[in-house]
Amino acid sequence: MGTQRYLVGKIGQALITLLFILTFNFFLFRILPGDPIRLLTKGAGQRLTPTEQQQLREELGVDRSVFPGQYLLYMGQTLRLDLGVSSIVAPGEEVTTVFFEKLPKTLFLVGTSTAASIAIGVILGIYGGWRRGGAMDMSSMTGSLVLYSIPEFVLGIMLLLLFSGWLGLFPSGGFESATGDLTGIDRLFDILSHAFLPWLTLTLAFIGEFYLVMRSSLLDVLGEEYISLARAKGLREKWVLRKHAVRNALLPTVTLIALSFGFVLGGAITVELVFSYPGVGLQSFEALEARDYALLQGTFLFFSVGVLVANLIADLLYAYIDPRVRTA
Amino acid sequence: MKLDEAPVEVEPTEVRTGRQIRWARRRVAFARFWAQYRRSPFGMVGLVILIFFIGVAISSIFIDPSSLSKTAVTEESIAPCTFATLPCPPNANNPLGTDADGRSVLTLVIEGSRVSLIVGFTASVITMVIGALVGILAGYLGRTSDTLLMRTTDFFLVIPWLPLAIVLAAILGQNIFVLIAIIGFTSWPGTARLVRAQTLSVKEHSYVERSRALGATNSQVVSRHILPNVMPVIFANTILTVAIAILAESALSFLGLGDPRRVTWGTMIDAAFDAGAISIGAWWWLLAPSLSIVLVVLAFTLCGYALDEIINPRIRER
Repeated sequence: MGTQRYLVGKIGQALITLLFILTFNFFLFRILPGDPIRLLTKGAGQRLTPTEQQQLREELGVDRSVFPGQYLLYMGQTLRLDLGVSSIVAPGEEVTTVFFEKLPKTLFLVGTSTAASIAIGVILGIYGGWRRGGAMDMSSMTGSLVLYSIPEFVLGIMLLLLFSGWLGLFPSGGFESATGDLTGIDRLFDILSHAFLPWLTLTLAFIGEFYLVMRSSLLDVLGEEYISLARAKGLREKWVLRKHAVRNALLPTVTLIALSFGFVLGGAITVELVFSYPGVGLQSFEALEARDYALLQGTFLFFSVGVLVANLIADLLYAYIDPRVRTA
Repeated sequence: MKLDEAPVEVEPTEVRTGRQIRWARRRVAFARFWAQYRRSPFGMVGLVILIFFIGVAISSIFIDPSSLSKTAVTEESIAPCTFATLPCPPNANNPLGTDADGRSVLTLVIEGSRVSLIVGFTASVITMVIGALVGILAGYLGRTSDTLLMRTTDFFLVIPWLPLAIVLAAILGQNIFVLIAIIGFTSWPGTARLVRAQTLSVKEHSYVERSRALGATNSQVVSRHILPNVMPVIFANTILTVAIAILAESALSFLGLGDPRRVTWGTMIDAAFDAGAISIGAWWWLLAPSLSIVLVVLAFTLCGYALDEIINPRIRER
C-alpha cells in the first residue's frame, strides 16, 4: 500500500514539474523581442511568400492572445511532439526529427562514460570513506578534487593537445573518418577511436563528483548507531561494510547521481564542441550560433524532460531498493 | 588552592557593554575556528592559492587598458617573433608567449583574473541571497509555503543549467551583467535545500521555542536565532558556489556567450580554440588561462571542503 502511494506521488510530482517546464519554455521564448515569425524563419524568411507567412502565423497562433490562445495551442502542439521547423541548421526539417537523428550518438557517448565514472567513483568512494584518512583515501580525494575543478572542455582540450596533437594516437574529432570507404569491423574501430577521447574526457570529468558523493554518504552512514551495534555484535568489518554501511549509503547516492545528469548533459555540449562530435550537444551549439530559435527551444525542452525522466527513474528505483519506502 | 590562603586581590570587574561581550566572544570563536582550519592541509593549500590569485587580480588594475588592444602591438613587443610567425611561443620577452594578435598571454591572463573573480563572487552572492531566503522561509514557515517553495526549487534543480543558461544568454544578449545574473539565478536550488535542512534542525531547539513563548515575532526569531545559526552553513556553501560560478562563466564564455568587450579566462580559451590553436599546436595560448581556471576553482573547492569539515558536526565528531 505504502509503495503504491509513494509511486503515485512521485509520478504526480513529475507531471507537475513537466507542466512547469512546458509553461516556462512557452514564456521563455515569448519574451524574445521582435516579430516571432521573423525570428523563427530567419534565413528562410525571404523565401517565404506572403501566403506562406500567413499560414505560419496561423500555425503559431500569433494572431491570438498570448494566454490562453497561444498557450493552449503551444501545449497541444508540444504534446504531439510538433515543435516546429528548424530554420537554419537543418532548414525546413522538423525539430523533433533533427533532434532524434543525432540523439543516439550522444546517448552512446554519455551513457557509456557516465556508467564508467559512476562505477569508478562509487568504488573508490566506498574505499575512501571506509579507510578515511588513509593513503588511498588522500590520493583519491586529491585526484577527485582536481578532476572536479577542471571544466570538461579544458580537460578535452588538454587531452586533444596531448593524445592527438603531440602523440598522434587518436583522430582530432568527428564521428568517423571522412573517406567513408571503411566497412564492417574496420569502420567500428574507426568510430571507436574517434569516440575514445571525448569518452575519456567525460568519464574523467565526473569521477570526482561521484567519488565525493559516495564518500560523504558512506561517512554519514558509518556514524549511525546501527553500525556501532553491528560492530558490537562482533561482526567482521567487511561484513559490516558490505551488508550494513554500503547498502544504506547507496540510497542518497542514487538521487544525487540522477540530479547530476543535468550537469553531464551540460558537459556533453562543451565536449562535443571540442571534439566536433556530431551529437545533440554540438547541434545545440550550432543552433545557438545561428540563433535557430525553434531548434534551440526544442533541444532545451528535450534536455529538461530527459533530466526529469532520469530523476523519476531514480525515485522509482528508490522504492525498489529502500525497504523503508516499501513499508512506510 | 588552599582554603586558608589569603584571598587574591580581585581586580574590580570592568563594566562591559553587551557589544564588547559579543565581540570578545566572536574573537574567541574565530581563534578556535582558525586553530581548526590551520590543521587542514587541503584548506591551507586552497587558501594560499586563493591569496595568490586575489593578489594577481588586484595587481591587474595597474595594467594600462590600451596595452591590451591589438593596435598596441609593435615589432619590438613581439620580438623575437615577427608578424608572420604569430602566435609566438614563450620567450624572454613574452614569458607565456603571445596570442595570434601578438598580445602577451601573461598580461591577458592577469587582466582576465579580475573579471573572472568578480563574476564568480557577484554571481555567488546572488546565489547565496536567493538560496538563503528560499531555504529559511521554507524551513521556518513550513506547511504550504514550504511545499510551494520546495516544488519551485525542485523544478529549478531538474532544469539542466547549461542549456538553460545558453537559452537565456541567447535571448538576453551578451554582456557581463547578464552573465552574472544568469549564473546567479540558475545555481541557487542546491543552497536553498541545504539551508532549509539546517533551518529545520535549528527550529527544533528549545531556545527558539522559549523565545517564541516570550513573545518574539517571526522576524525576531529568524534574525536573532535562525540566521546566526544557519550562517556558517551558508558561508561554507557560498565558497563552494564561487567555484561553480567560475566554472559556469568559463563554460558559457567558451560557447561564445561571454562579454566580447572583456577579457576573462573563458573568453581567452574561446578565442584560442576558434583560432585553431590546437591544430597549430599553440599550447601556451590555451595552457595559461586553463591552468588559472583549474587552480582558482580548486582553491575555492579546497577551502569550501575544509570549512565544511569544521562546520558540519556530523563529520567532525567521528
